[in-house]
Amino acid sequence: MIKLENVTKVFPSKKGKDVTALDNVTISVNKGEIHGVIGYSGAGKSTLIRCVNLLETPSKGKVWIDGIDLTKLSKEKLRQTRQKVGMIFQHFNLLKTATVYDNIAIPLKLLGVPKSKIAERVVKYLEIVDLVEKKDSYPAQLSGGQKQRVAIARALSQEPQVLLSDEATSALDPETTNSILELLLKINAELGITILLITHEMNVIQKICDYVYVIENGNLIEQGSTIELFTKPQQSTTKKFLNTISQRKLSDRLVDELKLGGRVVRLTFLGENTGQPLLSKVTQQFYVEPNILSANIIELKNGIVGNLVVHLIGNDHQVEQSLSFLQEQGVEIEELGVN
Amino acid sequence: MQSFIDQWLPIFYEAIKDTFLMVAISLAFSVLIGIILAIILILTRPGQPLQNKFVYQFFNLLINVIRSIPFIILLFFMLPFTKFIVGTSIGVEGAIVPLVVNAAPYIARLIESSLLEVNQGVIEAYRAMGIKTHQIIWNVMLREARPAIVLALTIATISLIGATAMAGLVGAGGLGDLAYRFGHLRYETDVMYVTVILLIIIVQGIQSIGNRLAARMKKD
Ligand SMILES: Nc1ncnc2c1ncn2[C@@H]1O[C@H](COP(=O)(O)OP(=O)(O)OP(=O)(O)O)[C@@H](O)[C@H]1O
Ligand SMILES: [Mg+2]
Repeated sequence: MIKLENVTKVFPSKKGKDVTALDNVTISVNKGEIHGVIGYSGAGKSTLIRCVNLLETPSKGKVWIDGIDLTKLSKEKLRQTRQKVGMIFQHFNLLKTATVYDNIAIPLKLLGVPKSKIAERVVKYLEIVDLVEKKDSYPAQLSGGQKQRVAIARALSQEPQVLLSDEATSALDPETTNSILELLLKINAELGITILLITHEMNVIQKICDYVYVIENGNLIEQGSTIELFTKPQQSTTKKFLNTISQRKLSDRLVDELKLGGRVVRLTFLGENTGQPLLSKVTQQFYVEPNILSANIIELKNGIVGNLVVHLIGNDHQVEQSLSFLQEQGVEIEELGVN
Repeated sequence: MQSFIDQWLPIFYEAIKDTFLMVAISLAFSVLIGIILAIILILTRPGQPLQNKFVYQFFNLLINVIRSIPFIILLFFMLPFTKFIVGTSIGVEGAIVPLVVNAAPYIARLIESSLLEVNQGVIEAYRAMGIKTHQIIWNVMLREARPAIVLALTIATISLIGATAMAGLVGAGGLGDLAYRFGHLRYETDVMYVTVILLIIIVQGIQSIGNRLAARMKKD
């Protein structure tokens, strides 16, 4: 549904120091899926999402939406194609001088929706975002979460096939963030809208994404299904993002101390399997004493990932055997305190 | 007292009428030209989708040049041009042309800065929705800038009233002319005082109307 093919974006600068905001990035979002792009500030996330609807023209590469190469379109055709692509923003971008109702109705009028249909459409989408009773309020009278709901209703009212979200929850508190994420899940499920979102918050990815891209300095450094990324992160940046979700990291000093009497490993389990029975097997079969240092469960959109950090106490050979046993059982193992 | 009123009322009435006429007509033309100039500047400024260095620099310079000429000089400098356009260089008609030339670039600047204040994010959101540029100008930029534009035009109107007084020098009539001819040249100080009081009332009135209107349009 959305495809960026080898997209490079260079911002020329007068001082001769051109900024390469995106370097040969390829992503592909299937119809009906929710994909997320995560990265630190300045990584190129906004540039990437703005390339999707050509608010930013790529220096190189192609942009496909629903089989149409946008980079080849005339200005007029591009304008029409953009109507199929909804977009929401960190700062909502509503008209201050218009009511909630008008904020949705004005674009519809400008896009040529017949007058008789406008009222019906506005109410329909205000119902979806649960804001009908606020239709005569002005944006200044709404909370951040409510403003974002209006922005979502505005985007949906044009009945797009694709929704782009540029940090839509970054200005909101955790509770409100959750309610907006639920809403995105709902419109994805009920209206079948394909969503590409960018964020710097791992919990956004965790809650609603099927697939994740990690971007750093304009480069796509890692990608995979959300489950893959949570169970087998490769890049240190990805691991750092995962650390923001759960208390995954132990201090180096503590790890060093524990290593004197055994090995410290992180075990990542997938699915309902909490790991408990496996650990008791380890004790019974290999006489290794597993001491649980931390444990948590992360609920992803498509599954559950369990995380255990354990201190394995026993002789080297036995510990080694127990680790290969765990690996055979499909547990991801990462040894801590080895560099 | 009664005789003062009887003697001066028709003259004041005439002067107020002339002032209002000059301000209203020249304001209408200046606003029209000012809005067009402001939109050209906004659309062609560097970094905008329609950026055009040549057009932008041309109008930018034109506005600066006219704005740096004092009105009193403009008034005399423009006499032949005025005569060419409206057929006369005196009276209300004669004053309109220099007043417009004086006020339009000023209003253009005021409106330009009001438009620059409009949240770029909203404009971008509308571009992302596939809405045409001219529709964005009307329905987003001018709409969102309305409160600021009303305040700007209030300021412009008041300075136009000041300029009409000077236009009295080319025989334009109006309150300023009245105060100058009778009050200054013929030592009718009462006329001068009444004129000043009238001007104060008019200016105050316009400012409060402008403030109230802008406050009503502003929704935050
Ligand atoms: N219009 C522009 N002109 C020049 N450089 C730009 C422009 N827009 C972005 N950049 C540069 O491109 C890089 C990526 O910017 P981008 O806005 O995509 O980052 P981001 O990941 O969205 O960051 P944030 O999380 O802070 O929003 C930055 O180095 C930025 O300075
Ligand atoms: Mg950004």
